[in-house]
Amino acid sequence: MEADDESTGQMIDEIYANGGDPPSRPVISGEQLDVEAYAALYSGRTKIVRLLFIAERCGGGAMELESLRMAYDEIKKGENTQLFREVVQRIDGRLGPEYGPDPAWAVAVDRRAEQRKEKLENELNAYRTNLIKESIRMGYNDFGDFYYTHGLLGDAFKNYVRTRDYCTTGKHITHMCLNAILVSIEMGQFTHVSSYVSKAEQNSQNSDSLDTITAAKLRCAAGIAYLEAKKYKLAARKFLETSPELGNNYSEVIAAQDNKVIDNINFRNFLELVPEVRELIHDFYSSHYASCLDYLGSLKANLLLDIHLHDHVETLYEQIRSKALIQYTHPFLSVDLHMMANAFKTTVAGLEKELEALITDNQIQARIDSHNKILYARHADQRNATFQRVLQTGNEFDRDVRAMLLRANLIKHDYNQKSLRKV
Amino acid sequence: MVKMNSLEALVAQIQGLSGNSSDIHQLHGHLKQSDQFLYSESTRLAPVLTQLDPAKHSLGYLYLLEAVTSAPFSKERANELVVVVARFINACTAKQIRLAPDKFISVCRRFKDQVMLLEAPMRAVAPLLTAIQKLQPSTEHLTTLHPDFLLVCLSTKCYKTGLHLLEDNISEVDQPRDFFLYCYYGGMICIGQKHFGKALELLHNVVTAPMSTLSAIAVEAYKKYILVSLIHLGQFTTSFPKYTSSAAQRSLKNYCQPYLELANSYSTGKISELQTFVQMNRDKFVVDTNLGLVKQVVSSVYKRNIQRLTQTYLTLSLQDIANTVQLSSPKEAEMHVLQMIQDGEIYAAINQKDGMVRFLEDPEQYKTCEMIEHVDSSIQRMMALSKKLTAMDEKMSCDPSYVSKAGRERQRFDFDDFDGVPQRFNL
Repeated sequence: MEADDESTGQMIDEIYANGGDPPSRPVISGEQLDVEAYAALYSGRTKIVRLLFIAERCGGGAMELESLRMAYDEIKKGENTQLFREVVQRIDGRLGPEYGPDPAWAVAVDRRAEQRKEKLENELNAYRTNLIKESIRMGYNDFGDFYYTHGLLGDAFKNYVRTRDYCTTGKHITHMCLNAILVSIEMGQFTHVSSYVSKAEQNSQNSDSLDTITAAKLRCAAGIAYLEAKKYKLAARKFLETSPELGNNYSEVIAAQDNKVIDNINFRNFLELVPEVRELIHDFYSSHYASCLDYLGSLKANLLLDIHLHDHVETLYEQIRSKALIQYTHPFLSVDLHMMANAFKTTVAGLEKELEALITDNQIQARIDSHNKILYARHADQRNATFQRVLQTGNEFDRDVRAMLLRANLIKHDYNQKSLRKV
Repeated sequence: MVKMNSLEALVAQIQGLSGNSSDIHQLHGHLKQSDQFLYSESTRLAPVLTQLDPAKHSLGYLYLLEAVTSAPFSKERANELVVVVARFINACTAKQIRLAPDKFISVCRRFKDQVMLLEAPMRAVAPLLTAIQKLQPSTEHLTTLHPDFLLVCLSTKCYKTGLHLLEDNISEVDQPRDFFLYCYYGGMICIGQKHFGKALELLHNVVTAPMSTLSAIAVEAYKKYILVSLIHLGQFTTSFPKYTSSAAQRSLKNYCQPYLELANSYSTGKISELQTFVQMNRDKFVVDTNLGLVKQVVSSVYKRNIQRLTQTYLTLSLQDIANTVQLSSPKEAEMHVLQMIQDGEIYAAINQKDGMVRFLEDPEQYKTCEMIEHVDSSIQRMMALSKKLTAMDEKMSCDPSYVSKAGRERQRFDFDDFDGVPQRFNL
């Protein structure tokens, strides 16, 4: 376990350095995520949500309890009583008496919250009667913050959005957008995310340009939104844009904007999908497919624990594998299936099935000689294909035009009928 | 002005005025006037007919014949009349009967009905074909008799004769209903002859034809269209082309649910699923009399799957083929492959010794003289078509009603943009 933790740390460091040259890393299978190190990268509400998510995914065992414990501690620092009750229920007394339900704390927090809410309301009303835009904005903003800490995301979102009418400078609008994005990501409303990202970007075009950190934040948010919408290529591009600026400010972004470290691993995956090859991927493309796939397989466990990525891991992995297969076959005129199966650590029959699927999808131009187990590249005869296409197009044109003439005649007829009736 | 109250006078007139075209026009006028009289005398007309020559006095003969057939008559009488009408259709002069197309059509219609009643539709095939040829000004014109003829062809299974007529490309249409029926029956004939491409085209015409309300013909045509599309193309797209009338787009699918589900099931490529689906919905297909087509759809899945294999494999054992396309034995797979090679659907060679099939590429190299000729004739055809299109376009833009309509709409939409455009056409 110790060694595993180390490598995770190393991995995160590397991402931290933002995708520089990867040190040659031994492939470790079944590496487990160190919950503590992972959680340390996040702050605020995200940390709790992520911990809970890990707990849910791990389903029993030490990791679940460990993450629940940390979540409990974290919640205690904040004021979200609703989430607190939920966690307590999940812990269910398994962590000893000090992690039981703490009604006194909860009541106290609730009471404080009640008072604070009243105070905020009074303040807001006062601002409103005075009609000072800036103050009203602040008032709504405070309300948003308040709801956010108490876990009422919908209300928080509403209040953040309300500040919009009272924004006077570009900075305010950006601020509002960032708040709204943050809340919508938590709520899982990714259409909001993308719309507010575009709003913020528009705004930045109008007024002074954004500072790099904000820009990076926005790109990250957009990336996540794309990811959820299954637009992997766009998401990859967004993450790609993000990375250079993130360099020094990375930790701040993590803390402030709840960016996901793991996304950069994802980012590397994307690079493998997108044919923009970097040094990083040269390693991958230098045909150590089996080891690469193994490595990816070992990462899978961790990726599955990521709150945003878990839904997409399977699809992405499939795509990476297909990409690798296509890359492998591309340079050859004929490939011995036995050797290829070895390279991909699979059986000949299984490989044949995979290839068949790819050929059917027209992703590999080749045909399989299943008798001799050889894959032959197939080069279409351009001349013949052109002839074929020309004749086909001609026939289609013929058919379509005649059908059109007929329809035109029918319409004409109809029109004549009507005009006759009128007369 | 000759008095029209005696039959003898009329006959004399017909005999006298059937020479040159001006006489015939005069005769036509007289005949129109005596229409009522002829109907009242319809029972006495039959013997008079013998005094006229169907070739020389076609117009007069037609009027009398129309009156004769309008009255009810017995079965024995019908038999005689059918003979008379058939002889008339064969002998009459096209120029004269075209003056009274309505009469001619109604005579032919009754002829067809009688033949159907006599349960001898075969007797109508040849006369109706002649009738169509005499009636239509050019082969591009669709007459009201087209659908009747095709129906007769269908009921006698004379698909080839029907197909012959379908080869003429129709572009002039008078009655939408004729057109619908023509395409629908034509589609069925093509299906019978397994000319699925042509059938698809005809049925497609019905489905996409402009219509303000959905007709039963369109619904039936759409059902067949789905099935033929599956057989011929191996796929079916549920979206309509954008020129389809809104009535069809809106409600056509509601009437064809089992067929759409069938298409869905087909697209999965799983033969067993498809078979269970067909079994479950068998009654519906039987009611629509489409079961035969549905069965062809099912068997085309095998073909489709084997064809797909030729794209992916260079060699494959019969056993593997049988497994992949879910046939029970290599023997059966061999039969399928053999049949497909014979039909020119795939290019392959079977090695019976070790049970391997070797798939080949299309041997057509597009180098032969025949191919060049074929390409050339295609090009000529396209050029003629495109010329026709231009001519049509020109004609359309000179059409008074079109111009006035277009002018009005322009005025409404971009009043400011077109100061050079005349704003009203007083035509």
